[in-house]
Amino acid sequence: MAEILVLVDHTEGVVRKPTLELLTLARRLGEPSAVFLGHDADSATEALGRYGAHKVYVVDAPEVDELLVTPAVDALTQIAGSTGPAAILLPSNPDGKETAARVALRLESGLITDAVDITAGEDGPVTEQSAFAATYQVTAHVTRGIPVITVKPNAAAPEPAPVTPEVEKWDVTFGPASAAAKVLSHSPRERGDRPELTEADIVVSGGRGVNGAENFAVIERVADTLGAAVGASRAAVDAGWYPHSHQVGQTGTQVSPQLYLAAGISGAIQHRAGMQTSKTIVAVNKDQDAPIFELADYGVVGDLFQVLPQLVEEIERRRS
Amino acid sequence: MKIVVCVKHVPDATADRTFTEEGSTDRESVDSLLSELDEYAVEQALRIAESGVDAEISYLTVGPDDAKDALRKALAMGGDSATHVSDEDIEGSDAFGTSLVLARAIERHGFDLVLCGMASTDGTMGVVPALLAERLGVPAVTHIEELTVEDGTVTGRREGDSATVRVQGSLPAVVSVTDRSGDARYPSFKGIMAAKKKPMETLDLADLGIDAGQVGRAGAWSAVDTATRRPPRSKGEIVTDDGTGGTGLAAFLTAKKFA
Ligand SMILES: Cc1cc2nc3c(=O)[nH]c(=O)nc-3n(C[C@H](O)[C@H](O)[C@H](O)COP(=O)(O)OP(=O)(O)OC[C@H]3O[C@@H](n4cnc5c(N)ncnc54)[C@H](O)[C@@H]3O)c2cc1C
Ligand SMILES: Cc1cc2nc3c(=O)[nH]c(=O)nc-3n(C[C@H](O)[C@H](O)[C@H](O)COP(=O)(O)OP(=O)(O)OC[C@H]3O[C@@H](n4cnc5c(N)ncnc54)[C@H](O)[C@@H]3O)c2cc1C
Repeated sequence: MAEILVLVDHTEGVVRKPTLELLTLARRLGEPSAVFLGHDADSATEALGRYGAHKVYVVDAPEVDELLVTPAVDALTQIAGSTGPAAILLPSNPDGKETAARVALRLESGLITDAVDITAGEDGPVTEQSAFAATYQVTAHVTRGIPVITVKPNAAAPEPAPVTPEVEKWDVTFGPASAAAKVLSHSPRERGDRPELTEADIVVSGGRGVNGAENFAVIERVADTLGAAVGASRAAVDAGWYPHSHQVGQTGTQVSPQLYLAAGISGAIQHRAGMQTSKTIVAVNKDQDAPIFELADYGVVGDLFQVLPQLVEEIERRRS
Repeated sequence: MKIVVCVKHVPDATADRTFTEEGSTDRESVDSLLSELDEYAVEQALRIAESGVDAEISYLTVGPDDAKDALRKALAMGGDSATHVSDEDIEGSDAFGTSLVLARAIERHGFDLVLCGMASTDGTMGVVPALLAERLGVPAVTHIEELTVEDGTVTGRREGDSATVRVQGSLPAVVSVTDRSGDARYPSFKGIMAAKKKPMETLDLADLGIDAGQVGRAGAWSAVDTATRRPPRSKGEIVTDDGTGGTGLAAFLTAKKFA
């Protein structure tokens, strides 16, 4: 069966959920092989095998931590050059997209970024992308070389297909460090107790209407009641009320959860670009003409400081 | 220091953007403007020049005739000159075609620093800066929030998906900056008048030694099969809070099994 390379996104050996989604999608196209860069492959191998990685190619070298993006480019290009996969899948984040583009150029192969779905077509993978702030749906395919595709989080639900992977160490020849960006320091973001934005089934977001950093406690309480991640609009982030890592939208994180609850958010096009493909959308806004209501499956025209605490109280009452 | 800022002319994101039958961005039906995210790259170039570095700032765009407007807007913010690459055969280029044209034009001009936006607001791929670095054989210091240029290096903070990374590259280099790198200035009236007198050259593929077959739809390595408008989300239930808005919402969420 055709081999599909999947670049593993991990934090110190803990495989992130989008990688499991990639492995699941890769199985529609062929037999997934994971490419793991870093020192903690042992702890990742089990998880990768559980989601169907028949092989794990391990690249463990100092360059992996010292240089930005280019070690992964060198690794994928050399592995693909030698094994001849039918496609290469990477996560759609800045590192993944930049790696994908450079690998594709070196392999003289077509690139598709930000796919939200992949199916097997007669002439290779067929992708679906969302365009123009998710108002359009585009299907595309690669016409030259080995299709290189980056996939957005939540494109598929991870499905286990356990195998015991064959682990293969790779000696990669790295390009000159002078043509690369050096990593001076690397600080992994603290993982809080709440789910990550890209991994959550439910996201509860607050905007300018939350009106202050301390008021975000209202949003957090709803999130914790629903087991959700917390998001924020750029207006709330720019005001310094919530960290940028929680920004949803064109220049923040693009999410596609089962449920997106927007409170005190007007629904500007750049915000919609990051949440419009959510399955169910709920809005709480005191302005009945707010554009967010055009997207909402359920909307409450009202003051979020009245509606949200009552929501939490009612859910807790129903549970007890 | 020679700084080249790459700026893209894009359809207004707040208008109703559409595709042509060939699956390209329809540039006829809505107004276009300088991609808002590229204003941050222009701003950083101007700040470098204002910090005392002896800098010559030039803007570069690849696009149809009216893409000149993006160059004029950038020149009105500041800077010295502009290059417009325009050729019918470029229409329908993929990321590789576009980056080839940009890279050749940058080499022709000469550069110490190439500045880009984090992504265009139409294609939104966020890959052209990395492709330019790959083609030019220089470091890619991309997705930067806080940029410093000193002693022949560029250093900056990159907010990744799961980590904050400080990165550095030696010049010459390609840098892309995010919308958190510092607010972009508005062109002043004086700036707008001055921009009209600044030199702007127009180049075509032949000037850059590129064959038509290497770019455009014919030279693309991927193809769009269909582009269809997503059906509008069906109108949901909107209720006005009469004191029971929260309980009503709880009932909805429970019925949907979210709570
Ligand atoms: C290039 C570019 C990129 C951008 N990227 C992003 C991005 O990634 N993400 C993003 O979010 N934005 C982004 N923006 C900004 C975007 O255009 C909007 O400015 C922003 O989304 C507005 O945030 P908001 O909805 O919180 O604020 P506003 O638009 O000010 O809306 C606040 C809403 O809160 C409501 N409200 C006020 N008080 C209450 C209350 N007590 N109860 C209930 N409702 C209340 C108001 O009725 C109003 O609708 C970008 C802009 C540009 C130009
Ligand atoms: C909805 C949509 C989806 C697409 N999907 C794909 C795809 O999957 N694969 C593919 O190969 N192509 C794709 N394309 C085509 C691709 O967008 C164009 O080839 C484009 O020229 C490069 O990508 P970008 O606009 O996304 O640039 P980005 O990589 O997002 O641009 C980053 C920066 O590069 C600079 N830059 C980019 N273009 C120019 C320019 N013309 N002139 C000057 N500076 C510039 C700017 O500084 C910009 O901020 C798509 C286009 C659209 C509209």
